[in-house]
Amino acid sequence: MTSNASRSLLLRAAALAAGAAALLGGTALAQSQTQAPRDGGTLTAIVQPEPVTLTSAINTAAPTGFISGNVFDGLVDYDLDLNPRPALAERWEVAPDGLSITFFLRKGVTWHDGHPFTSADVKWTLENVWKTIHPRNQATFGRVTRVETPDDLTVILRLSEPSLAILSSVNSNGAQVLPKHLYEGTDVLNNPHNLKPVGTGAFVFKEWSKGNHLILERNPNYWDKGKPHLDRVVFKVIPDAAARAAALEKGDVQYAVFSPVPLKDAERLGKLPGLKIETRGYEWISPWLFFDLNVDNQYLKDVRVRRAIAHAIDRKAISNIVWYGFAKPAISPVPSTLPAFHDASVPQYEFDVRKAEALLDEAGYKRGADGVRFALTHDFIPYGDDYKRTGEYLKQALKRVGIEVTIRSQDTAAFTKRVYGDRDFDISSAWFAAFSDPQVGVTRAYWSGWVGKNTPWTNGSGYRNPEVDALIAQAQGQARQEDRIATFKRIQQIVQTDLPSIPLAELKFFSVHAANLKDVVTHGDQIYGSLKDAWFDKAASN
Amino acid sequence: MVAPWLNRRRLRFWAGRLAHMALVVLGIAVVNFFLLHLAPGDAAQVLAGEAGSATPEYMAALRRQFGLDQPLPVQFAQYLGNLLTFNLGFSFRHGLPVLELIGQRLPATLLLMTASIGFAVLAGSALGVVAARNAGRLADTLISTLALLFYATPVFWIGLVLVVVFSVGLDWLPVGGMTSVEAGYAGWDHVRDVARHLVLPAATLGLFYLAIYTRLMRAAMLEVTTQDFIRTAVAKGLKPRRIALRHVLRNALLPVVTMLGVQVGSILGGAVLVETIFAWPGLGRLAFEALFQRDLNLLLGILLCSSAVVVVVNLAVDLLYTVLDPRIELAR
Repeated sequence: MTSNASRSLLLRAAALAAGAAALLGGTALAQSQTQAPRDGGTLTAIVQPEPVTLTSAINTAAPTGFISGNVFDGLVDYDLDLNPRPALAERWEVAPDGLSITFFLRKGVTWHDGHPFTSADVKWTLENVWKTIHPRNQATFGRVTRVETPDDLTVILRLSEPSLAILSSVNSNGAQVLPKHLYEGTDVLNNPHNLKPVGTGAFVFKEWSKGNHLILERNPNYWDKGKPHLDRVVFKVIPDAAARAAALEKGDVQYAVFSPVPLKDAERLGKLPGLKIETRGYEWISPWLFFDLNVDNQYLKDVRVRRAIAHAIDRKAISNIVWYGFAKPAISPVPSTLPAFHDASVPQYEFDVRKAEALLDEAGYKRGADGVRFALTHDFIPYGDDYKRTGEYLKQALKRVGIEVTIRSQDTAAFTKRVYGDRDFDISSAWFAAFSDPQVGVTRAYWSGWVGKNTPWTNGSGYRNPEVDALIAQAQGQARQEDRIATFKRIQQIVQTDLPSIPLAELKFFSVHAANLKDVVTHGDQIYGSLKDAWFDKAASN
Repeated sequence: MVAPWLNRRRLRFWAGRLAHMALVVLGIAVVNFFLLHLAPGDAAQVLAGEAGSATPEYMAALRRQFGLDQPLPVQFAQYLGNLLTFNLGFSFRHGLPVLELIGQRLPATLLLMTASIGFAVLAGSALGVVAARNAGRLADTLISTLALLFYATPVFWIGLVLVVVFSVGLDWLPVGGMTSVEAGYAGWDHVRDVARHLVLPAATLGLFYLAIYTRLMRAAMLEVTTQDFIRTAVAKGLKPRRIALRHVLRNALLPVVTMLGVQVGSILGGAVLVETIFAWPGLGRLAFEALFQRDLNLLLGILLCSSAVVVVVNLAVDLLYTVLDPRIELAR
């Protein structure tokens, strides 16, 4: 990881040599080198669903992150190849033994209320939010035993074991720094500033009319001089998908994220001269779609049945037809968007109906007189039509091999309770974010400690393998990245052999934006990042 | 000396009626409380689900925050205690008191409902009268067909078609929302802006109601026309226009008023579909989302207000009956 630190030093040196910090962001994309960004204008974006709160530190939901990333900065942000780039931290160092990480903070940064941003803010948030309340970071920062702040601009994390995953989740979504002076001594979850956030970011919170809109305004004192270019960002709540498409088409709205319109509309909108479809900016999330097979089910407990189901599913058809090409067939739970960790040599279950039938016969489930071997239920993740269609595809595919599938639907609360609490299901579908390190996003699907704990988005299949558990623990504490990579590849080999869940597709979420809105995607964590680089070419639309 | 309108009988009526109303509202609240707690999953689970990741500690913290770690009887006692002190509780999800949330959304809902029901009652009744007076002729057939068409067409479809035609196609009206926040209008410009945003949702909702009033009015008019007192009116030589307005219409209004009562009662329930399509920040959407989010305090609050309005409007309709038809008397 020292290579990262030296890279950041190089970047910084280059920026200083150029004499303008503004170039730092600009060099990320070639297109911005040809045109100078124009200042001014109001960007209207869609946020859907409406966020609950505006601080990602206490709620990692997508709509919260989408807005919060503009109000707050991370210690770093990530470029399109997921390399960390300086933000609130100008540089960082990992000790050779991996047992300490030092962040050197940027000088002269202030919170929106004028208070200086210091190492005390980072220390307080780590100890009181990341390690206690944050839904994801308790695992990531669990090995931090002590936080030292020798001066206002230096933060040293002392670790009980090396924890390389930390550097992949210190952007404003993964580890959002809260202003200590506004949060210390309060009930963090109920702090009123969660609804009117005070950050250090490029945009200042202005107003939130619930159910209606939310307004951010340009931060005139932003540390990244010359940015942001936009005067204002208005986020509108538009609950209906067809209405979202109409608003984008008409130009009332110039930016919408997380696949805001039905997939079949995306192609049509993309062909309009005034709109563009963008699939970059989701790299840091790296979502993958899968079926969880309940290994406690009387049929699914047999690995031959699970493999037969994998063989019966045409993952290409799922990507190209069910998902209109906004997906890529997945072979492993670690998506190929994490090239270092992804193992392409895992056992593959090619689409082969005859093989599936042979495996089912071998398992002792012959077709009955009506051609049916046995029946299963399928609960799809209630996030919209695309997942329902995926379920309908499963029903068709399994019917061909003699398995009758009944599709059940419910709302999110009932779904997560059924799958992760009651475990009253046979096959469920879900998508997880892998994030840029499998430790953060992937291992939760296989660690046996999660089974039946009623914690959403964890181990749904009920898979319990002591060897995998041990490997997961081992990877967390390994100091050398090569060793961690080897461990994660081993995990992939085992779980793809045992197949408690079937990876189906690496989802490509898309954003829709006005063609004259430039540099709206400059980061690999853009949808949870800042719109500070975005600008309107020609007259801003209104 | 007691005022003449406040005689014993009336006093007994009002006391009984008000006690009755309070009991009904309380009963509804109790049933709602237990009914809603039958739904699987809770608010903490929804929040954790939306967050995309969670730990048991995080969920325990949320449950503590929401008061969901208390046993159900304790939660119920708290809820009841709150109710009896006219406190609707706190929505932890929104971080605001329920009353404040309802207050924020109420103006939008009232505006949409008044506009659409007003349009529907006036236009629908007028069309119904015209249809009845031309029963069996072309105008009647046309009106009846149109009414049936609007009634049978799904509301969301009418809404989307109106958007596609008048917003995207002709660019006359905004796609959705209640104001043009970007423009930051004030004063009369703001009123005009809201009115422009109101046209499509009010028309969409109004067209559905309009069909009901047209058909109701037409049927009632035709029925009243066959009554003896109309024959008497004709026999004593009154002009047809006067008969239609003074004798037929007034009596035909009873079913329309009944219908109006039912619909006004559902005002607070809002119009989920129309509010969703037009991104109208009303109560219907708030209640609908609260259900999916298991934000039970909020949902119970909206339902309670809603039931209170229903009960009050019922009373108002009963009183209105006695005005429209003096033969009807208030009784316990």
